[in-house]
Amino acid sequence: MTMIGLEIHCQLTNLNSKLFCSCKANYRGLEINENICPICMGLPGSLPRLNQEAVKKATIIAMALNCSTPEKIAFFRKNYFYPDSPKNFQITQLNIYGDTSVGGTGSVMVGDKKINITRIQLEEDPGRLIYEGSSSKNQITLVDYNRAGTPLVEIVTEPDFETPKEVRDFLNILSDILANLGVADPSLEGAMRADANVSIKGGKKVEIKNIGSFHDLEKAVHFEITRQESLHSREIEIIQETRHWDDKRKITVSSRSKEEELDYRYFLEGDIPWVTIDPEIKTKLNSEMPESISSKKERYVSKYNITAQVADVLSSDKYYSDLFEESHTESNAKEVANIITTDLMGLVDTREKREASKFTSTHLKELADSIQSGRISRNSSKNALHEILKTGKNLATVIEELDLGNVSDESELSGIISQVISEESQAVEQAKSNPQTINYLVGKVMQKTKGKADPSLTLDLLKKQIGI
Amino acid sequence: MNLKISALDYVQEVKTGNISAEDFVAKTLERIKNVDDALHAFLSVNEDAITQAREIDKKVKSGKKVGDCFGMPISIKDNICIKDSKTTCASKMLENFVAPYDATVITKLKQQDAIFIGKVNMDEFAMGLTTEFSAFGPSKNPWNTDYVPGGSSGGSAVSVSAFECIASLGSDTGGSVRNPASFCSTVGYKPTYGLISRFGLISYANSIEQIGPLTRTVKDSAFMLNMISGIDPNDNTTIDNKNEDYLSGIDSGIEGKKIGIIKEMMGDGIDPAVLTATKDAISKLESLGAICEEISLDMVKYSVAAYYTITATEAGSNLARYDNLRYGYDFSLEGYEFNSYISKARRNFGPEVTRRIILGGFVPSAGHAGKYFLKALKVKSKLTKEINEAFKKFDLLLSPTVPILPFKLGEKIDDPISLFLVDINTVTANLTGKPAISIPFANSNGLPIGIQLMANSYQDKHLLQAAHALEQTVSLPEVSL
Ligand SMILES: [Zn+2]
Repeated sequence: MTMIGLEIHCQLTNLNSKLFCSCKANYRGLEINENICPICMGLPGSLPRLNQEAVKKATIIAMALNCSTPEKIAFFRKNYFYPDSPKNFQITQLNIYGDTSVGGTGSVMVGDKKINITRIQLEEDPGRLIYEGSSSKNQITLVDYNRAGTPLVEIVTEPDFETPKEVRDFLNILSDILANLGVADPSLEGAMRADANVSIKGGKKVEIKNIGSFHDLEKAVHFEITRQESLHSREIEIIQETRHWDDKRKITVSSRSKEEELDYRYFLEGDIPWVTIDPEIKTKLNSEMPESISSKKERYVSKYNITAQVADVLSSDKYYSDLFEESHTESNAKEVANIITTDLMGLVDTREKREASKFTSTHLKELADSIQSGRISRNSSKNALHEILKTGKNLATVIEELDLGNVSDESELSGIISQVISEESQAVEQAKSNPQTINYLVGKVMQKTKGKADPSLTLDLLKKQIGI
Repeated sequence: MNLKISALDYVQEVKTGNISAEDFVAKTLERIKNVDDALHAFLSVNEDAITQAREIDKKVKSGKKVGDCFGMPISIKDNICIKDSKTTCASKMLENFVAPYDATVITKLKQQDAIFIGKVNMDEFAMGLTTEFSAFGPSKNPWNTDYVPGGSSGGSAVSVSAFECIASLGSDTGGSVRNPASFCSTVGYKPTYGLISRFGLISYANSIEQIGPLTRTVKDSAFMLNMISGIDPNDNTTIDNKNEDYLSGIDSGIEGKKIGIIKEMMGDGIDPAVLTATKDAISKLESLGAICEEISLDMVKYSVAAYYTITATEAGSNLARYDNLRYGYDFSLEGYEFNSYISKARRNFGPEVTRRIILGGFVPSAGHAGKYFLKALKVKSKLTKEINEAFKKFDLLLSPTVPILPFKLGEKIDDPISLFLVDINTVTANLTGKPAISIPFANSNGLPIGIQLMANSYQDKHLLQAAHALEQTVSLPEVSL
């Protein structure tokens, strides 16, 4: 049986500051080595100053993944030399001297399958190495410490996955959960990373590191299973080792460094006293925790009669569910959901597009209300949406400027209808004998008004004029 | 002008206009110039001290608010960061390191108008008991320059006892304030762990060390503590002492106080002169109304072994950052593969630091931690339990600060094991986080002897009261240099 386990690292990008100093937690867009200070550079005499907010956020993650949460947590030093680590040790957590990590065992449902969480720990991200030079001979290594000290939550799973697809489904669900909690923005580059360990029946465990994206993770796991099965079929022993994902060649490569043999000499970080997270804090955090994705979905279905499929899409993406929550009312909920899932999604499917768009929940509310009141047709609303995303103008202005408003003036519409009746005498006769065919005439009116006629008013007036 | 006055007297004199800060500082600098070639307490001297003193005098004359120190010249151990000045830890590794920030204690003293007269010598990275392990040469004991001044805060003790400053800040990881204080006949005080911020103190063994004052009198130590103690957001291990005034009630005496005499700290190898002095101290305390009784602390005999295991482990980790990539000494890193670079760049550590780093790589390593590091932690926790038990019965615990007299330079430098035994009486306070103080008490053939008092955690005020009472019973000679 194939067994796959994951170690997922998620930066708490929504925090204001790093784990032990006041530099920014989200370093993106800053000049190289701009986001540093004596503490995150580990200068002599500096001491870590624990970001209590990070402890809270990590605890919230642990609770959301159904993990046990100890009353007291501790930090440990993991000692190793590497140029991206300013102190040459990492402040992290550990469960070997008792359960002192921020989260203990828990689980996440992926469809009908339960994936068990081994532990969750809060730690600091190292800096980033940048390699320059074309060949290995003249290659130089540069270090950017902007990332050093960024709060990182490591989520370790049991080897409960059997296929790469299960891994992908889990990662999708996990990123949705983390985004929904408001603790992280998984769509930021490098904000979520994962290592995997893979073993097939009868083989030893192989760790794969250095996987840049979730997309590549699935590929790496797939490659590794195939590689191991191929070895197995040729009766070659699968050895326990660490392999690196080669991003260019899309294969895993054996690491020359024997990382599994490193001795990290873990011991308690004396500069950070044990942190007590008492039951009252947990109760408070629990009460402040955002509604879970599954509960949102249930509510959308039961309260607004939205289909399960639409509710699923709507609830799992925080951007869409926030829009929905802010713009819907008892009466327009279905229409709002409809606009989001049929029109909006295709237009803002990437982080860049969302950031560039000027669309707000107020726009969405106006749009849904105007469709319901017949002020604008569904058809025209799509054009209006395009314009709003581009310009951020309010709906009334857009309707005015692009002349998208419904023809709801009775006399104007009556005139157009009279014209259609005189032009389509044959269809009128047909409608008199078979009222079903009146839709053809409605269509003609729509043509003449470029889709702006209020459909129900048109039907009423048509019936009146024909006399059916 | 009398350079030999206490801190409190200095403040009074400047406040009342009897002396000027500028004169005093100028005379102090002159004194350093005259005696420090022989003593080598200072690694660097503050060139701006006179200008700074002049500013203080202006404030005094114009009636402006002046900080509590009134320009008092203080020396600072060279492992405490002062912004824009060199902080070397007496190591080649940090020979050119200029601190970009002030330690919290420095910030606090600056607010009180202290003048930092210079940075003083120490054993490299505070590892040692004699100041002989300084990369820049040893300091000498002002009582007899053939003798070691103790360590690791040797420069601090020398500068105070030889009147090169009024007070000094040192750091105490296993006795590094109290030991040189005892060898040089000054007061040396290590407060309860967490009472003084360590932000800006370059770590050696961070879980047990504290910054502490070295002063002429116990009152001066209380005065210093008032200024530098208290909770600090930059050091998560500090405690809120609610701005306690350690000077008030310092004359309360020790009548009725119960004092335990620690048997294991007066055992084999104690110098007869030290034993006599300790017995004298006990009878003096009894005559002041204290009740003294012997107590046996079984775990003390394991304390030095535990101390070296724990400090080596922490030092191995704390000193890992000195890879010369971001700061340090001049060393080009181009052309190296990382591992060979690291081993080359770290060769600038001296022999004792290297020894402890190697030990620190071994004792907590997989396969050996159970036998060494984890066992040491067990000793630490048992010792703490034992001490806490003792403080249910006693208000204070007493011992000689060091069981032997100061020894000659070079006498024990090649004998680390025998040096380690010099720690036996001081490390307990660090391993248990308790406050302890060394008071100058006797003099044997021109060599000082100190007595140590220890109190329970957060009982610093009572400790200082008792120390002050004992101090009042003796009259000791001054350095003749
Ligand atoms: Zn920083």
